[in-house]
Parts: sequence; C-alpha cells; structure tokens
Amino acid sequence: MTLLTVDNLKVTFPTRTGRVEAVRGVSFTLGKERLGIVGESGSGKSQTGRAIMGLTPSQAEITADTLQFSGLDLLKISPRERRTLRGKRVAMILQDPKYSLNPVMTIGRQIVETLKTHEALSMKEARQRALAMLEAVQIRDPERVFDLYPHEVSGGMGQRAMIAMMLVCGPELLIADEPTSALDVTVQLDVLKILDKLVAERGMGLIFISHDLRLVSSFCDRVLVMYAGKVVEELPSADLRNAKHPYTKGLLNCLPTIGSDRHPLPVLERQAEWRL
Amino acid sequence: MSTATPIVKGRHGRSRASRRLWSVLGFLVTVVTTFLGLLAITFFIGRVVPIDPALAIVGDRAPAHVVERVREELGLNLPLWQQFFIYLKQALTGDFGTSVLTTHPVMEDIKRVFPATVELATVGTIIGAMFGVPLGVLAAVKRGSLIDQLVRLIGLIGYSVPIFWLGLLSLVFFYAKLQWVAFPGRIDIVYEYTFTPVTGFFLIDAIMQGEWEIFWDVFRHIILPASLLGYVSLAYISRMTRSFMLNELSQEYVIAARAKGLSEARIIWFHALRNAAVPLITVIALSYASLLEGSVLTETIFSWPGLGLYITNSLQNADMNAVLGGTIIIGAVFIGINVLSDILYRLLDPRTSR
Repeated sequence: MTLLTVDNLKVTFPTRTGRVEAVRGVSFTLGKERLGIVGESGSGKSQTGRAIMGLTPSQAEITADTLQFSGLDLLKISPRERRTLRGKRVAMILQDPKYSLNPVMTIGRQIVETLKTHEALSMKEARQRALAMLEAVQIRDPERVFDLYPHEVSGGMGQRAMIAMMLVCGPELLIADEPTSALDVTVQLDVLKILDKLVAERGMGLIFISHDLRLVSSFCDRVLVMYAGKVVEELPSADLRNAKHPYTKGLLNCLPTIGSDRHPLPVLERQAEWRL
Repeated sequence: MSTATPIVKGRHGRSRASRRLWSVLGFLVTVVTTFLGLLAITFFIGRVVPIDPALAIVGDRAPAHVVERVREELGLNLPLWQQFFIYLKQALTGDFGTSVLTTHPVMEDIKRVFPATVELATVGTIIGAMFGVPLGVLAAVKRGSLIDQLVRLIGLIGYSVPIFWLGLLSLVFFYAKLQWVAFPGRIDIVYEYTFTPVTGFFLIDAIMQGEWEIFWDVFRHIILPASLLGYVSLAYISRMTRSFMLNELSQEYVIAARAKGLSEARIIWFHALRNAAVPLITVIALSYASLLEGSVLTETIFSWPGLGLYITNSLQNADMNAVLGGTIIIGAVFIGINVLSDILYRLLDPRTSR
C-alpha cells in the first residue's frame, strides 16, 4: 500500500551565478510508515519535503518522473487542488514554534482556521474539535491554552500547538521538518513521544527530516541519508551499523560514546566524489 | 470567541496588574513632561524673537510712556521665570491671549480654523491609507514586477515633486479645464451665510442637517486638496507598507499558513497584513499628524481657512500670541496622536499588551 511515490525528483533554483540544484534526483516510496531523512544543512532534505508539500518558492523549478500521492499526480493537478490537499491530507510541522505560529493570533484561532479552511463546520463544532486536538497533544488545560497567544506559551507547548494545528484535519501524510531541533533536550523527548503516539494511532505516513542521525534511527523505520541533493544510502534503522556509504560511516564515526575513551574524535572528511 | 475560561491566577495575576499600572503611569509622566517641554520651548522662542508685543499693539509711533504702560499691563517688566509661570497658568486654562490681527482671543480663532485643517487632513489620510496600503501590499507581493516598479514610480513622484507645483497644476487641470471640482475655499459663497456649522467639520455638519446639496458642494471643495495631501502620504505609506510586508512574507508563519492550505489572499491580506499593521499604525499616525500641523502650502494654494494659513498670516503680521498658540495646539495634537498610536499599537500587538 503505497502512499507516496517519488521518482527522480529534482528541485532547481535559478540564481545570479547560475542554476543551483538543491535536490538532484531523489527517489523513494512511502507507505504508512516512518521514514527518516537525514543530512547536513544544504543537503536538500528540507527542499525534498517542501516539494512534496508544494511549498517550493515560485522561482524554483521542480521536475520528477513520478510524484504521486495516493494515486494523484502532484505535478499535474492544479494549484487549487494542491492547496486543498495541504492541511487536509498532507501536513507539515516546522522547526521553531516561535516563528511558525502567527504571533498576533491566538493558538485556538489558528487551529480553528485549519479546520474551517477544509471542513464546513460551525464555530462551536470547530472549537470542540480544536480543544479535543489540544488534549490529544497532551495539553493539560486546553480551554486556557486555546485563548493564549504564541508568545505566552513555552517552546514545547508551542510545538504541541503546531502539531495540533497541522493534525486537526487528520492528514494521511505528515512531513516533520526538524520538529524538535529548536526545543530543549528534555522537551524534545516529550514532543517526540506525542508525535510517535499520534502517528501510530492515526496510521499516518511520516517523513521525519532531521540532521540528527541517532534521533532519526531510533524514531523511524527506515532512514534515507542525503548528501549534496542526492540520496546516498537507504537503510532500515536497525541496520545503521551496516552502513556502506563512507559519508554515513563518517557521520556515525563522529559520535562519541559514553564510557569509551576516544581522543580525538574522528572528523568527517568530505570527499569530492560523494557529490557526483 | 471569548469564553468564560477560568484564568489561572497567581502566576501572572497580581504582578501583571501592577506592571500594567506602572507602565500606564510611566506613559503619563512621559506625555506630561513632553507637553511641559513644549510649553517652555514655545515660551522662550516667543521671548527671544525680536518682536516687541507691546510695540505690536500700540504701533511704532506711540510715545515712550505709552509703550511702557502697555509693557507693564502685559507683564513684560516681570522677571522671565515669573512671566513663564503666568504664561503656563494661562496656557493650561486655554488662554493664549488675544490675536492682534483678528482681535479675537487666539483660542477662539483656533477653534474656528482648526476643524478645517482636521477635516482636510482626515480626508487626506483616509485617501492616502486607502490607496497606499493596498498598493504597498501589491508591490510587495509582486516584488520586482511591473506593478512594483509602477508603485515605486508613483511614490517617487509623490515625495519628490513639490506640492505647490502639483497643487497649481491640478487646479489648472481639474478646476479650470475640466471643471470637475469647485473653486478654492471650503464652501461656495452662496452657502456661506445660510449654513451654520455645529462641529466645524463641514462634511459631517451637512450630513447631520440633511443638506445634501451643501454636502456635495463641500465635497467638491475638499476633494482636490485632500487628494493632493493624500497622494503625498500615499507615497510614504505605500513604500513603508511594501517593506513591512516583504518582511512579514518572509516569516516562517507564512509557510505554516500555506502548509495549512490557506489561500494566498488570506495569507497576504489576513495573516501578513495583520502583522504588518502593527508598525504601519505608527507610520499612518505620524503622517496624519504631519498633515494636522496645517499644510501651509496646500492651504495657501487652495485658500483653505485652516491652521496653516492662520499661522502663516499671523507670522507675517508679527502676531506672536496667535503664532505661539497655534504652535502649542499643533504640538499638543502631535503628542495626542502619538499617544493614540501607542495605544493602538498595544491593542494590535498582543506581545506588548500583556
């Protein structure tokens, strides 16, 4: 049962100095599973997510042999159809709730807005659904948080509100773009647990984008390792130690382990041929 | 959407209330200090300029003892600080002395001319904001396009071409050639004696009295000078709107709004503009305040009996009471508008109000 098929996806940006290929032929398929995409900044992992969402900046050029979401050809359907998918059937969580929530709207209104965009609901019903969603992301006092502004809640709470806002319509595919990178380490785990639970309960497909290889491998079923706009390795999470590509090996090598005495830690030495 | 949610007290409750009180108090102190500073500066300017108020009253051919007596009557023989306190007391009760030129109390004159300026400035600002904001938004959304360039050009002309030139040219064109608008002035001479203004804002007065013919006439008088002032503030407002909007459109919450599936129109006009409105309020308020100062050139060209014209006339006749009174009113209005924009700012941005 395939939810998403991506075949030879390319995203190109025209710049003053020529064309920059941010994504250079990425292919993968996704069912109702958790796929992790790891890579360093500039590796094209975020642009891959944005291209699937249809949020690539307008000056960029997207090509793909296939870009299909549950039978729909995403590159062929109209922008309007694409828009009705967003928030309803595919959703995205961004990195930092401090910036990704509208500062002048209450959290409740922002969640209700997602609902009212996609479903014909009365204000009262929408409010009930939003409150239930806030409860689902384990906010203890949803009635109060509903009327708070984003700056009045903590980062962890803000990210839960963000998750609530994006999942309230029950999407089938969720793209989480570094959803915990801006949070404190202790809060990261809470948010991940909530995300984990919701993904499992609701049977969503998840693309988890991160630069943290360890985090991704413990959270996802499968991991794509990206480098310079390409997928250099695809592995089941459990097989991480059997990584073949020197980049993945290098990344794993850099990790310190508690108790062992490795000085100095090896440094990642990028090779020019990885870019090819 | 407000509901009776039990607000958790204790963590914020009291400290929030007292913080609020302090901020209001601090705010008031600032306003009062500014106003006193304004009074002091206008007073000393009035004493420093080489115009002898006594001479202005009795004329330069009066005998010395007459001049001396008038000086005493005016309190000009007292020490400067005493004069200042007398002045302060009078100014605070709204007494700015008598205008030599009109022989009325200055306050009475101002009450008569100021509504004319307010009406002109208000209509001008409404025109400026009504067109300036959408144009700025459009320029930001279509950044680098032909529309953007066009808005830039409109703006450039607006604040680089002198207003008196535009004013004269528009009179030639819209009044003399096309005859779309009325002759300079506020109201046609036919109505001048049958129309009794109540508020001093002729448009409102005409509506209140149901005089549609007069309303139309007043409208035909005000539209050209107001459009001109509106154009100048449009130039400024559209540029500022554009830059505020560009800033907002590059924010993450705009991407989040797109990810929610909102329409571009809603993202631009609701999410981004609502955020851009916060700094924009200050810009519009300041441009309104600058129009309220009495646009001397515009009022002169269009024979608009407003504050700008009044102060100019007084200045040319060395009528210091009128000039100082007018200056203080302008300053007070400026302070008032700033206070208002501060309050609006707090209302629009939840981050500052709580």
